[in-house]
Order: sequence, then C-alpha cells, then structure tokens
Amino acid sequence: MRTFRYHRATDPAEAVRLVAGEPEAAYLGGGTNLVDQMKLSVQRPRLLVDVTRLPLGSVEPLPDGALRIGATVRNSDLAAHPVVRRDFPVLTRALLAAASGQLRNMATVGGNLLQRTRCVYFQDVGKPCNKREPGAGCSALDGQNRDLAILGWSPSCVATHPSDMAVALAALDARVEVLEPDGAREIPLTEFHRLPGDRPDRETTMAPGGLVTGVRIPALPYARRSTYRKARDRASFAFAVGSVAAVLDLDGDLVRDVRIAYGAVAHRPWRARLAEEALRGRPATVESFGLAADEELAAARPLPHNGFKVPLIRNLTVRTLADLAETAPR
Amino acid sequence: MPEVTERSSVTLAVNGEQQRLRLDNRTTLLDALREQLGLIGAKKGCDHGQCGSCTVLLDGRRVKSCLIFAVAVSGSAVVSVEGLADRGNLRPLQQCFVDHDAFQCGYCTSGQLCSATGMLDEVRRGWPSVVTEDVAAAGPVRLTDEEIRERMSGNLCRCAAYPQIVAAIRATATAEVTR
Repeated sequence: MRTFRYHRATDPAEAVRLVAGEPEAAYLGGGTNLVDQMKLSVQRPRLLVDVTRLPLGSVEPLPDGALRIGATVRNSDLAAHPVVRRDFPVLTRALLAAASGQLRNMATVGGNLLQRTRCVYFQDVGKPCNKREPGAGCSALDGQNRDLAILGWSPSCVATHPSDMAVALAALDARVEVLEPDGAREIPLTEFHRLPGDRPDRETTMAPGGLVTGVRIPALPYARRSTYRKARDRASFAFAVGSVAAVLDLDGDLVRDVRIAYGAVAHRPWRARLAEEALRGRPATVESFGLAADEELAAARPLPHNGFKVPLIRNLTVRTLADLAETAPR
Repeated sequence: MPEVTERSSVTLAVNGEQQRLRLDNRTTLLDALREQLGLIGAKKGCDHGQCGSCTVLLDGRRVKSCLIFAVAVSGSAVVSVEGLADRGNLRPLQQCFVDHDAFQCGYCTSGQLCSATGMLDEVRRGWPSVVTEDVAAAGPVRLTDEEIRERMSGNLCRCAAYPQIVAAIRATATAEVTR
C-alpha cells in the first residue's frame, strides 16, 4: 500500500478544501470499501481526509413527514431507526440485506453511495479497466460478465453499482445533499450516479472534491407499504445478482401509484419509470406486474453470461409487488 | 493546510488499558493489536473484511478490525477476545461455546465470540434483521435459529461448526431471558 497522510476533519468546508486541493486525496468514511481497495492497490490516495467526525451524524424526522439523514450515520443505526422502520421499511430492508452486521456498524450513508463497483476486473489491477484507467479497455465485455449490467451500459464499461441502500433511496425519490468547492446543492438520487458513456471513471455528477453531507427523503405516506427483495448467490452476506425496491399505493384493487427501482443491473440504481407508468391505474394483479416489468426490460441488452437477469428481474418485480399488494396497509 | 504526516500518534483504550502508539498510517487496527500490542486473539484470515476472524468490539460495537486504520479510531475503546472474560472468569457466552463444543480448529473462535457479543447486544436493543418478518414492529426480537444464522453470517467457520455455534448463542440468549 502506498503511504498516505491522514487528516481528521471536523468542518465540512475544511474537508472539501483539502480534498479539492489535492488531486490524489480521498474522503475516508467507514472504510469498508476504500481500505479494502487500498490493500488491492485499486485506489492509491496520498491523503485521506477522515470525515466520520463531521457533525453529520443525525437522523431527523421533519414535521412534514420527510426525513433528513446525515452522511456519517452508520448503516446499522439507520436501519434500526424507529421512523425508518415504520415509514420507509424498504430502506431498512435494503440496508439489512447488505453486507454483514460488522460492516453495517462501520459503513456510513455517504460512503455507501460512493462505494465502487465490485466488477472483478476493476478490482484486479493486473487487468485493463476503463474505470480505473480511461482508455485501457474493458476486460469484462468479453470476459466473465455474469454479475454485470443489462441496462444502460456502454462499450466502455458494463459494471454495476453495488449498493442496496441506494436502490431503496432511488425508489423513494431521495435527494443527495452535497457540498462542492463552489457551495452546497441537492442532486436527485436518480441523477447522482452517472451512466458510464465513454467516461466510466466519472461515477457521480458531483464536482471534483464534492462531499456528500446528507440524504433527504421527501414525505411519502404510502411508503409504509414498501419492501426490498434481493437475489444473491448465497443466503446472506453477498452482493445482489438482482434486486427490486418497490413502494405501492392501492385504490381498491387498482394501482394508484407505484415506485420501482432495480439494483445490480446498471451503473446506477435503475428507476423503472416505464414499468411504473404501465402500472398506474391498472389492476394490482400478477398479470399487470409482469407486463409492467416487460415494458421496462424491453430495453435490456444482456451480455453473453447474464441473460438470466432479465427473467430474474421480471420475477422479482412480480413477486415483490404481489407481496406488497397482499400486505394490509399500516 | 494543517500539518498531516504519514505517521501518527494513536491512543487506544484496549481491554480497559490505555495505550499510546506511534504508527505508520497504513497500520490497521488488527495489525496494531497483533503486532504492536501482542494481542493475537483477533485473527488475520482473509484480511478483506469477509471472514470475520478479526472481529473486535469498537466503542461497544462489533466491527472488522482488518478494514479499519488504527489512526482513524484513535481515542476509541477496543475490546478484543482477550478482554471478554471477567477477571479470569469466562463470560456466559464463552462458557456456552465450551459447553456446546462450538469450535473445531478454533481459528475463527475469537471473532465468533466478539461478533456474538456484539450481536446479542444488538438483539437486546431490538434491532431487526433482514429475516425479521415485520421490521416495522417494535418489541423484542424473537431469536430463532434463522435470526442467529443471519446475524452471524459475517463470520465464516470453515470447519463448519455452525450448528454448535448457533446452539451456544441460543443457549446464551435463553439463559439471559430466563435469568
């Protein structure tokens, strides 16, 4: 591992100034991904600015039913928060489906959004990868791509975003609060991560040096009827092969409104707006759910090894929505 | 630019004892415990946060010490397996591991004990898990075997002593409830 300087930040503006002023600087949150990748030489920062002591550690329910979550809140604390459990169970379920108890105690909300893909070629510095080194080529396109993207990928990169939490946040229309060298702003979660295009090394729409300071979930009373379903290769402690976050609002037997997001299928959490559109006003039946998923997945371009993800996501969509439709609202 | 260097002074309360170390910033908490302080209970298994054998309690919560730079937790309190016993007397969890023969080679045991200690505390606080049927429901966790397995899934045992480990944890939790 390359040697690095360490600084523990106490003020967000100071942290941004330090990272923006040093091209090889990185923010250190829980470290569950960064420290691992530093050991693998996938990331080689010269300066680590530890942001875990910034005063961004609270979960604040707002009077209108919205929720403000500080960037340094640990994933385990967020999952266990009584208001999250009650009002946004999809978020609790997504958080709890991720990693292990020990890692959830370490991981932060900001770090979770900024974790890097687990594409094995990205993590192997002996292989070409456009995300690590623009222009080097993509080893996954013709390699082992079973776990990789079916939607939104480009010939430059077929990696997927690994977060479960972000998929739930995409379905909840969350907004990411960032502090950039030019000041603070909010970015919709669904626009926070970029599709790869020809610059897969640029992963977010934040300015260089930008710091995630928090996440805001707008009020959504019907989110009490929401859940997250994750398919993985073993029963626990594994990244998703495919996942679905869904929020369902019923009017009798009809779908009044619905929010759906997919995980492990694209460079960012995939908000399934076509499926949502196809479902509004339709009967809440297995048939409608399947047809809606087909609408969304018509755009899928599977790679040689991951064609199974298309029916997998379809089935996850149907099962998740059917389960929600059967749940009595709270 | 504040002064930042590639070595740092690190203060840690380890098993109740205050320790002051001068470390290369690259030193993980696991390596600080093992190499600097001679506490070799926490094991280096995968060294990538996947196997759980390095689990310790950091400010009361279970974490994987191989993915934490010691400098980043300066000022914190750490309990490793060496600090679990109470003045030489095994804790109920440790005794249950002995009674249920919850180890074969024993390499993962330190991490399993620290992880189970942290996990039982999470259960006491009513934290749900992904196998909890209704995460919105408040109230005590019913610690089924399925819950124990899910909550302990960050600790691998390649000898496959899992049934005994689950039994030991179940026995500890049951004894706590009936006490």
